[in-house]
Amino acid sequence: MDAAAAKLIGAGIAALPLAGAGVGLGIIFGNFLSGAFRNPSAAAANQQTMLIAFALTEFTGLLGFVIAMLILFVF
Amino acid sequence: MIDALAAGPMEQFEIVPLVPLRIGAFDLSFTNSSLWMVIAVGAAAALLMAATGRRALIPGRLQSVAEIFYEFIADMVRGSIGQEGMKFFPYVFTLFIFILMANLLGLAPTIPFAPAATHPFTTTSHIIVTFSLAMLTIAIVLIYGFAKNGLGFFKLFIPSGVPAWLLPLISLIEFVSFLSRPISLGIRLFANMLAGHIILKVFAGFIISLIGAGGVFSLISIFPFLGAVAITLLEFLVAFLQAYVFAMLTCIYLNDAAHAGHH
Repeated sequence: MDAAAAKLIGAGIAALPLAGAGVGLGIIFGNFLSGAFRNPSAAAANQQTMLIAFALTEFTGLLGFVIAMLILFVF
Repeated sequence: MIDALAAGPMEQFEIVPLVPLRIGAFDLSFTNSSLWMVIAVGAAAALLMAATGRRALIPGRLQSVAEIFYEFIADMVRGSIGQEGMKFFPYVFTLFIFILMANLLGLAPTIPFAPAATHPFTTTSHIIVTFSLAMLTIAIVLIYGFAKNGLGFFKLFIPSGVPAWLLPLISLIEFVSFLSRPISLGIRLFANMLAGHIILKVFAGFIISLIGAGGVFSLISIFPFLGAVAITLLEFLVAFLQAYVFAMLTCIYLNDAAHAGHH
């Protein structure tokens, strides 16, 4: 396999963390919504925590993206 | 000009020196990145000065905007650090407004056929900018943490209620997580901005190549166009959310420094 093809395959594999980030974000928002519908009065107080969890989870997916970009454009 | 039209998704992040300036081995040129940072600071200062210039008991529209921003950040700081954290309010507010303005200005449309140096530039899409902001936050956390708690700041790495035999492992994990804070703080903002802008340009590229293909393909180019519009809306949300998350995490880290003992 020549280096250019290996590079593209590597970048594609580095995009896989997106799957995990998607599942994680779904769990966060889904659980927040199910909790918020059970007890709407407590929802506003927990919104901040939810957004922080969102940011922390999204980061794992973005790290994969950054690695893919590094493979594609730096090497 | 043809180069600008034929640009790929990465060319938008190119740094163009506007006023070349070299001092010894250092390149201190005034670049388009610097220009848009100056514009972001200027826009924020102009907005807040115009809003608070004529203060009224019953706020007008512009004054309401400034008050909403103030209340939003003040609530965040009070909520996470407590009343004594209000001494960090100017820092957190400046950080939030600067990142918000830089993110939003990067979404401004390009004037057609304008030279590349004047294209709207997202300063926060460069890792050195976001990483500098993150390091500034961590430097404040370290300096304030050691000044306030002395060596008690190391209690941060010893969570209460952990069994003694587990403590070395937990402390190591806490220490590594502390070290990764500036990296994750910087990369989160940078990667969000980079990813959003690349996706926008990729969709724009779809439109151009579909129109170029002609016939029925130029008709279905409406779909990537609608996609680009939707992503632009999403990017406005992300621009705000990332400024919020950056300010929020700064507050949480400052809270660690302020209350290292009760962790």
